[in-house]
Amino acid sequence: MCDTCGCNVTHGNRHLIEEGGKHAHTSDDHVAIEVLENLLSENDHQAAHNREHFERHGVLAINLMSSPGSGKTRLLERTIDHLSGRYKIGVIEGDLETENDAQRIRNKGVPAIQITTGTACHLDAHMIHQALHQTPLDQLDLLFIENVGNLVCPASFDLGQHLNVTLLSVTEGDDKPAKYPVIFRAADHVLITKSDLLPLLDDFDPDNAGQALQQLAYKNPITLVSAKSDQGMDEWLSWLEAQLSQAKENTTEPATASL
Amino acid sequence: MHELSVCQSMLRQVEEIAQREQAILVERIIIQIGPLSGVVPELLQQAFTIARCGTKAESAELVTETQPVRVHCLQCGYDSDAQANRLLCAKCGDYRTRLISGDELLLASVELTKN
Ligand SMILES: Nc1nc2c(ncn2[C@@H]2O[C@H](COP(=O)(O)OP(=O)(O)OP(=O)(O)O)[C@@H](O)[C@H]2O)c(=O)[nH]1
Ligand SMILES: [Mg+2]
Ligand SMILES: [Zn+2]
Ligand SMILES: [Zn+2]
Ligand SMILES: [Zn+2]
Ligand SMILES: [Zn+2]
Repeated sequence: MCDTCGCNVTHGNRHLIEEGGKHAHTSDDHVAIEVLENLLSENDHQAAHNREHFERHGVLAINLMSSPGSGKTRLLERTIDHLSGRYKIGVIEGDLETENDAQRIRNKGVPAIQITTGTACHLDAHMIHQALHQTPLDQLDLLFIENVGNLVCPASFDLGQHLNVTLLSVTEGDDKPAKYPVIFRAADHVLITKSDLLPLLDDFDPDNAGQALQQLAYKNPITLVSAKSDQGMDEWLSWLEAQLSQAKENTTEPATASL
Repeated sequence: MHELSVCQSMLRQVEEIAQREQAILVERIIIQIGPLSGVVPELLQQAFTIARCGTKAESAELVTETQPVRVHCLQCGYDSDAQANRLLCAKCGDYRTRLISGDELLLASVELTKN
């Protein structure tokens, strides 16, 4: 199924086909070889392949990242309530254990694939590829990938997504962007979630969070949302719709071959 | 921690190179890591002591070259040093900067023994 893209030329055997790194012989039995390749090039290749899958099927893929319990699944449930009439949505759920989150999504009438990672604290491109072959991509406009709740590891692994959304709930503290710059820098949109709880908290100032993000040279939108009161949902949904229509424009021609 | 995954991926890359070069041993692996790569060099070193067992890199040294965080200012054009969580232009203070160094995660080179 994946033969058409040439991905059987793996990262490993590609070296055999293309000319490898530079050789600098230091002595007869010692050799130093310059490589200059990404340490995660295996993952990156798989991610590029996943992206091809999405694009051939005209699916916009969005990766949601946050610490555990910041409200990723509840945001998805609410987003589905608002958008499922107009767009066909699917979800890939990543969790250490349990099918709970996928079941919550299925209860909304949306297809959901659960990946349980066991001990791995992040999703990687290979796990997503496996899930993709169980996902009805043909029938979807929008695929959300809910990453494992973790503010560190998920940021290092490209999954093939088009956009990253990082959530920061108001119960976590407004200095989180300064402590976890990698994951917040990667975001195309930062959602400050559970905004309905703000009146109860005296130490979370959305402006401070905004400043911490600006110090990371973050230039993308920041939206205060609540999946409970629906505050900010309009902004979030119109951003999503703008991304969907832009993705449609970028799709030049319909799928000619399936991966 | 994901450093173990990163380390295993690196070792697969290194072993492929060793095999292609018909080397019997990997002596040294040199990597470049920036503070904004999301990988902590100390944790990668720890993971390496576990993951290298049974590979051609079993007795290899892992050398980490830490890369500086540097930004290019999109406003005034100045290039300056920065910190991982403070990526502002050192000259005009603007936040509209582009990272020019500091997110590297590269296998730079490997040193092998043949015969
Ligand atoms: N008050 C309030 N509670 C929320 C909101 N969003 C989520 N919660 C609650 O926060 C808890 C965690 O929400 P989830 O949506 O399961 O969080 P998650 O990020 O998917 O969690 P993991 O998948 O375990 O990482 C639940 O009890 C939710 O009901 C919100 O907008 N307001
Ligand atoms: Mg969840
Ligand atoms: Zn495939
Ligand atoms: Zn491929
Ligand atoms: Zn991890
Ligand atoms: Zn400047």
